[in-house]
Amino acid sequence: MPLIDPSVVDLSRLQFALTALYHFLFVPLTLGMTFLLAAMETVYVITGKQIYKDMTQFWGKLFAINFAIGVATGLTMEFEFGTNWSMYSHFVGDVFGTPLAIEGLMAFFMESTFIGLMFFGWDRLSRPGHLAVTYLTALGSNLSALWILVANGFMQNPQGASFNPDTMRMEFNSFLKLVFSEDAQAKFVHTSIAGFVTGALFVMGISAFYILRKQHRELAARSFRMAALFGIISSLAVVTLGDALGRLDYLVQPTKIAAIEGLWQDSAANGSAASAPWLLFALPDQAKQTNYAEIGVPYVLDPLIAHSFNTNIPGLISLEQQAGPRIAKGIVALNALQAYGKDHDAAALATFKANESDMGYGFLAQRYAPNQDLNLITPANQGAIIAQAEKDTIPNVPVTFWSFRIMMALGFFFVGLFAFAAFYSLKNQLERHPLLLKLCVWSIPLPILACEFGWITAEAGRQPWSVYGYLPTFQAASSHGLGYMVFSLIGFALLYSAFIAAELYLMFKFARLGPQPHHAAAPEATPAPMFATPAE
Amino acid sequence: MELYVVLKVIWAVLLGVLLSGLAVMVGMDMGVGSLLRFVGRNDVERRVALNIIGPHWDGNQVWFILGGGAIFAAFPTLYATSFSVFYVVMILLLFSMIMRPVAFEYRSKVDAGKWRGTWDWAFLISGAVPMIVYGAAFGNVMQGVGYHYGWDGQYYQDESFIWYLLNPFALMCGVMSLALSIQQGGTMLMLRGEQPIYGRARKAAIGGGLVGGILFLAGGLWLGHLTGFAYTSAVDPNAAATPLTGPSVAPVVGAWMHNYASYPLLWVLPALGLVGMFGAALLNLAGKPVLAWWLGAIGWIGAIFTTGASMFPFLMPSTTNPSQSLTVWNASGSEYNLGWMLFFALVFTPIIICYTSWCFYVMRGKVKASAVAHDEHSY
Ligand code: HDD
Ligand code: HEM
Ligand code: HEM
Repeated sequence: MPLIDPSVVDLSRLQFALTALYHFLFVPLTLGMTFLLAAMETVYVITGKQIYKDMTQFWGKLFAINFAIGVATGLTMEFEFGTNWSMYSHFVGDVFGTPLAIEGLMAFFMESTFIGLMFFGWDRLSRPGHLAVTYLTALGSNLSALWILVANGFMQNPQGASFNPDTMRMEFNSFLKLVFSEDAQAKFVHTSIAGFVTGALFVMGISAFYILRKQHRELAARSFRMAALFGIISSLAVVTLGDALGRLDYLVQPTKIAAIEGLWQDSAANGSAASAPWLLFALPDQAKQTNYAEIGVPYVLDPLIAHSFNTNIPGLISLEQQAGPRIAKGIVALNALQAYGKDHDAAALATFKANESDMGYGFLAQRYAPNQDLNLITPANQGAIIAQAEKDTIPNVPVTFWSFRIMMALGFFFVGLFAFAAFYSLKNQLERHPLLLKLCVWSIPLPILACEFGWITAEAGRQPWSVYGYLPTFQAASSHGLGYMVFSLIGFALLYSAFIAAELYLMFKFARLGPQPHHAAAPEATPAPMFATPAE
Repeated sequence: MELYVVLKVIWAVLLGVLLSGLAVMVGMDMGVGSLLRFVGRNDVERRVALNIIGPHWDGNQVWFILGGGAIFAAFPTLYATSFSVFYVVMILLLFSMIMRPVAFEYRSKVDAGKWRGTWDWAFLISGAVPMIVYGAAFGNVMQGVGYHYGWDGQYYQDESFIWYLLNPFALMCGVMSLALSIQQGGTMLMLRGEQPIYGRARKAAIGGGLVGGILFLAGGLWLGHLTGFAYTSAVDPNAAATPLTGPSVAPVVGAWMHNYASYPLLWVLPALGLVGMFGAALLNLAGKPVLAWWLGAIGWIGAIFTTGASMFPFLMPSTTNPSQSLTVWNASGSEYNLGWMLFFALVFTPIIICYTSWCFYVMRGKVKASAVAHDEHSY
């Protein structure tokens, strides 16, 4: 059996990480802007004031520039599971593919069909008709977030499926458990609302730019106020829900939460529980398993994470040690599984069943077995192999620790920014605070940054697992050669750079240009007889 | 028949439905993309052509996404194996496809000849390349691909990709698929376009239908001489879905005709394909694009179901380890999964058909050059 090439795995991870982070540069704005546009249009339909229609159309145009690349890069994501993570797709496709297919049926079709009408249907639909279309687009984009996060939730906390030794894969057995996984639901709200924050700051920042330049006054003032109010609510919600996510990590992904908090020793290590500090600053050292330059708030960690005072949160060092026996049992499980695969021997199946819960840990050892063959693990080399595999069971601490802190700091910053912005906007005193306005302009990219760091926390913190506890990332990749990866990485680098250059160029161009005075009404298109369309 | 077997068969048929929907709807848009530089001789004409499918291309593209998603969920091992075995081709398909959404949205936003000219080339590439790859994939799958599985279900590729890129049968299928997309796209341009676009699109559509039909016929004759695959031991369709254990399979010349010999009724499928393709060409000649569009769609459906029927139950045979060939029986999802997916498909498909039709209805009528020039929301 050919060996898994570690550099193929690393490049696959790099490619997936870069393309996913790139996709998510555009997604949050879509999630938030669709609802903001719907809100603006609602005011238009209720009050009949033209300015709100102008607002909807102007912000809609900027939204469209962003949307196109979101769609394009989403296609990449859908391909990559099959092209780059074939073992993963085989191993969990039966349960993981389902939310993706439902996403297509329920969400993408809706969003993509109605977005056409949203842009092209202004003159062809009644006002309420068009409003309904805008809401359906917003609903569609957020439903797509729901289903993709149900899929991702399964990777974080696999529920609703079990391993079938006859087919060598995880099989779906509970739709309700999959969909109502707490992880998936909490991720969905946190992520969608993070999108609302992004959309709100985008509209608020560009409006601040106009206010500073005393351009498009009415449109800018009204947009600013709507966005600031939308933003203050959303940013408060993101912080609250972020706390809920952290607690879930504590419950189901102990290694991730310990890495997020830079917790090497158990929180009750020095005898009394609840004394561990919550670290504001630290320089974690993965090799030495300790932190330098710690600055922390004492006693806060336990109540913050566990929401109680008398729990011991296990540290990374003891988590690593606890993995050892599980790896040993995992090796037994996988060897029995392989034997069962050969001749369906009942005794082998029984051995596998007895050790099944640690099967994923066996895969961790496979990487270090001679020839990557578990059968070649002997009592003589087992100790060394387990020691190596053990080291892999905790994620990269500096990355997880810092990306979490950046996201969180930005979260509190947004609450403050929106609070001031809303306050002065409601008092009509914005023009007297140019510094605040400038800060709003410069903050436009920050929510996107926070989202990216959120994902890095979530995904880097999940390592070494692709499916937590079941399938290591190392085992999940496709078995092709290095040349393939070089080819696709170069292609992505070229195409994606061109895309972002074009997008930024257009975005700056149209944002600077601002809303345009109205053209004379376009000549009516003549509706042809009904049979003139193929979809009839 | 056991429920599981019924579900497997239903999902095989639904796979055909999705691949047909993809071919008809996405193929139409890609045909327009390929034709853009030829039916539009100046910028306004090109913009008219783009705006004809402008409101619909994204919705149509979901057929493609859903096709992928459904293979992932309903035939996970097929998804895992085919996407990675065809890595280079898939990535090329992806690169060409992702230019399209960006091209639609960005092309007309800057009023410079060079900018627009560049995006027009992007439309050509992102129309023609994916359709050729789409057809060639069918051609390659019918001939089998070299792969086998390890004990844990990981696939291993046994042949380099150069081999399957360079084979005449697959290339022929690729050209046929491109021709049919040009027929469908040209017909759509006739439906919602005026002269001179109408006239140019008509020529292209007729040509596409004729070439498609002739190649389909040629492919059918070739099929009898192709090496197909057949079971050589008893098959249990209800068995656990895994290619790791199962009946033995052997390559047999002409095996892809066996199903037609056993069930002569299946000849209806290729007949539909031919009637659709040539019929659409005739109707376009007669200036009846509405009917031609529907016949063209039937042509595609006929072609895809012809392929499916001749291979059934095989999905992607292995040339180097035939007994591990992927079939409807051994590559499918679990019974529970197929059941839930069917439930969602039954609930949402009618809804999707309703609102998609409504969207086409709202946007009906000819796209006029004067309107495109005035409307700031148009492409
Ligand atoms: C505007 C964006 C934004 C802001 C301000 C925040 N987050 Fe966040 N966060 C995200 C955007 C985000 C995200 C991009 O939506 C992530 C990535 C994965 C996910 O589900 O949501 C995320 C993930 C994420 C995770 C990892 C979840 C996992 O294990 O999968 C935690 C623990 C938090 N967040 C907690 C917080 C806290 C405590 C915040 C503030 C005090 C906070 N987030 C602000
Ligand atoms: C890695 C997994 C992901 C896959 C496979 C994926 C797939 C896709 C695909 C295929 C599209 C194009 C749809 C179209 O043609 O209209 C798309 C767009 C979109 N995706 Fe993703 N996506 C992923 C991650 C995410 C995440 C995590 C979110 C949200 C939380 C998200 C939200 C969206 C939204 C809102 C769109 C609409 C277009 C836009 O981005 O502006 N996606 N995605
Ligand atoms: C769009 C938002 C997302 C971003 C920015 C993102 C980011 C990342 C990053 C940084 C990695 C690399 C982790 C590492 O190897 O250290 C990764 C891996 C991965 N993510 Fe995500 N992710 C996103 C959404 C998703 C979703 C929604 C899914 C599934 C539905 C998903 C599935 C995966 C898979 C399969 C891998 C590769 C295997 C692995 O490393 O476990 N990602 N992602």
